[in-house]
Amino acid sequence: MTRPELLRVEGITKAYPGVVANSDVSFSIGEGEIHALLGENGAGKSTMVKMIYGLVRPDSGQMTLRGVPYQPGKPAEARRLGVAMVFQHFSLFEALNVAENVALGMENPPPMRELAAKIRAVSEEYGLPLDPSRMVGDLSAGERQRVEIIRCLLQDPKLLIMDEPTSVLTPQEVEILFKTLRQLSSEGTAILYISHKLEEIKSLCDEATILRRGKVVATCTPRDRTAREMAELMVGQALKTPERRLGAKGEVALGVSDLSVASPIPFGTALKGVSFTVAKGEVLGIAGVAGNGQDELLLALSGELKSAPDKVRILSQPVGDLGPVERRRAGLVAAPEDRYGHAAAPDMSLVENAFLTAGVRKGLTKNGFVDWAGTRKFAEEIIAAYDVRTPGPDVAARALSGGNLQKFLMGRELMQGASVIVINQPTWGVDAAAAAQIRQSILDRAGEGAAVVVISQDLDELLEVADSFAVLNEGRLTKPRPTEGLTMDEIGLMMGGAHGMEVAHHVA
Amino acid sequence: MDFLGGINPVILIATLMASAVPILMAALGETVVERAGVLNLGVEGMMVIGALGGFIVAVETGSPVLGFIGGAAAGAALSLIFALLTQVFLANQVATGLALTLFGLGVSSLGGQGYNGIKPPATGQLLPDALADLPVVGPIVFGHDWMVYFSIAMTAVLWWVLKSTRIGLIIRAVGESHEAAHALGYKVNRIRLMCIAFGGAMAGMGGAYVSLVRVPQWVDGITAGAGWIALAIVVFASWRPWRVLIGAYLFGGITVLQLNLQVAGSGIPVEYLSMAPYLITILVLVIMSAGRRGKANGAPAALGQNFHASR
Repeated sequence: MTRPELLRVEGITKAYPGVVANSDVSFSIGEGEIHALLGENGAGKSTMVKMIYGLVRPDSGQMTLRGVPYQPGKPAEARRLGVAMVFQHFSLFEALNVAENVALGMENPPPMRELAAKIRAVSEEYGLPLDPSRMVGDLSAGERQRVEIIRCLLQDPKLLIMDEPTSVLTPQEVEILFKTLRQLSSEGTAILYISHKLEEIKSLCDEATILRRGKVVATCTPRDRTAREMAELMVGQALKTPERRLGAKGEVALGVSDLSVASPIPFGTALKGVSFTVAKGEVLGIAGVAGNGQDELLLALSGELKSAPDKVRILSQPVGDLGPVERRRAGLVAAPEDRYGHAAAPDMSLVENAFLTAGVRKGLTKNGFVDWAGTRKFAEEIIAAYDVRTPGPDVAARALSGGNLQKFLMGRELMQGASVIVINQPTWGVDAAAAAQIRQSILDRAGEGAAVVVISQDLDELLEVADSFAVLNEGRLTKPRPTEGLTMDEIGLMMGGAHGMEVAHHVA
Repeated sequence: MDFLGGINPVILIATLMASAVPILMAALGETVVERAGVLNLGVEGMMVIGALGGFIVAVETGSPVLGFIGGAAAGAALSLIFALLTQVFLANQVATGLALTLFGLGVSSLGGQGYNGIKPPATGQLLPDALADLPVVGPIVFGHDWMVYFSIAMTAVLWWVLKSTRIGLIIRAVGESHEAAHALGYKVNRIRLMCIAFGGAMAGMGGAYVSLVRVPQWVDGITAGAGWIALAIVVFASWRPWRVLIGAYLFGGITVLQLNLQVAGSGIPVEYLSMAPYLITILVLVIMSAGRRGKANGAPAALGQNFHASR
């Protein structure tokens, strides 16, 4: 089926200091087409759509909308030309009602009563039930997304951009959303759909442009491809074989057996029968797309989520019922993914943050008082060893850029001499050089005899550091396999959508 | 129809309406400011500077109406210092507000030198005596000066603006989540600056009412803590204009009642009567905040937080 062309993107390049987010990206979207922009985290998808929506200006390249040159300077201009966007993190006001929220996002809203009637009409037409008089604060994540979608639809867009729309939705809400999107598409509204969830794209999208490290690596029709093929395209074949380190593996340092815990996170994923062991000197890499139990696994290992004592063992000591401080004392340190608020107290200084997790293991208290001199020395050691760019150790954590803070936090955990280290997303948002440095220190710690668990969505990273490899999928962990000799085919199968193992049997 | 030893309820109600005007005006202004997410604790300072500005203009021009406009201008001018410090230089709002009160008290004391003992031109009753002389409804409904009616009208106008107009919606949105408002393209700090100036003008007019009508002369520190009561009433009223009116009248009523009790020679020592309005304010605030927890009290979510557009 050929469609008239709506948006053409040609040779778009956008560089940020130290990183090229998009390099010579070209693709086109037809009217009424659902077009997927597919890629791993950091592949440049979000930057691309921000340029289409006028939030970011490209360095070079052109865009044309219906054959007319298109260079939106700000979102309002894009909206006027018929481009609307639903954000990954919603821009809503909790204490205002639905109609008021919609009105705030419109250029020229009609009177409230008329608007309420319109919201009701549109929400019924597209099967997105929504009461205009309800407070947004009382709505679920899915309903909040409907508010954003309806805000877009009321402006009659020609192109609707959706940035990872399903990351906060329940499966039922995803179904409803997809139905709406298909209906919109049949009415001639094009949709640019950003995701890294392969099964979703297969079921929804007409065309897909696959980005890797800012470049278009392939364009394909998702229905004709298997999830495995697309995962391969997304990850890339040109992977260098990771350098194997020689070193005798020691006894088991971390043992987890049949660990099942409910998720404390709204719309989180419960862990279901997770079992693995990590030996001294071994790095276990855990892959999987976000939201498949990664956060929960970290909480269960760090001690923030407790379980039966013998489900988690550190150096053969049962610790399942112990909290984070006791587990640190027993030899396990953990670095969560969210830097501002979970891994660090954003408004406290680096010295204070250093004390918060390292106080126990580094002996930074004397007679019940904080040993500030010792803590400062430790913070300065981290800053020196990990090349943290900061005016000094007394700067608030919030003031550091994401990458710099990540270096500091990695250093804080890795320099405590722990026998078990658990890290979620060690190099998320960190520039390439710093990422290499963090990976090197992970390998160094393992070389010194620590057992390391690295949870990451970056496959290249896992292949570089991990000795064994497993995938977390809907709260279940596949059986860890040695990374050595693992082919991209096999990884694609392990990761391939929600039913990876079934596909694997079928293909085999 | 006397009760409580010689206190006339009709006169009591009529007087409390007038005595509530300063705190009502200041509290209405502060309601708008806080709805936009700004906590300006300098209400007392803006009132006292408005009291002085209004007094000087009224005395020099001989026109009480120009006096009230002068009071509003003085209050707004002082509030712009607060706006500059908190919205442009992103200073802490609580500290800046407290400083503004101290600054206002000091400046008014300095500027008021030479105005002691002068009588300002009188602000008369608005409606003809024929109406004001009616029994019961006369003094309560018709017997007031124009500021009493103006303050009630402002309550209605602000209620309508905040509830039903686009500008009110934008003010509330800015006070709820400045990040979301910014993402949608609203100029957060500019909107807040205008709300702060409006709050300053309202507080200034309230202050002018004290020096031109209630007292009426110039004395140092003439507002005597009315600004703090206004701040408490905003919380008491859960940031809603009509409730602000109720709160102001309640407080005005207690103030008038204790004065009347003093005059009537009740057995309670004068000191206890004088502190009664403040004690009751504290009591009401404690009861209000104890009864409701969390978000239910209606405080704007971004209250007191500075906003800086980092993108």
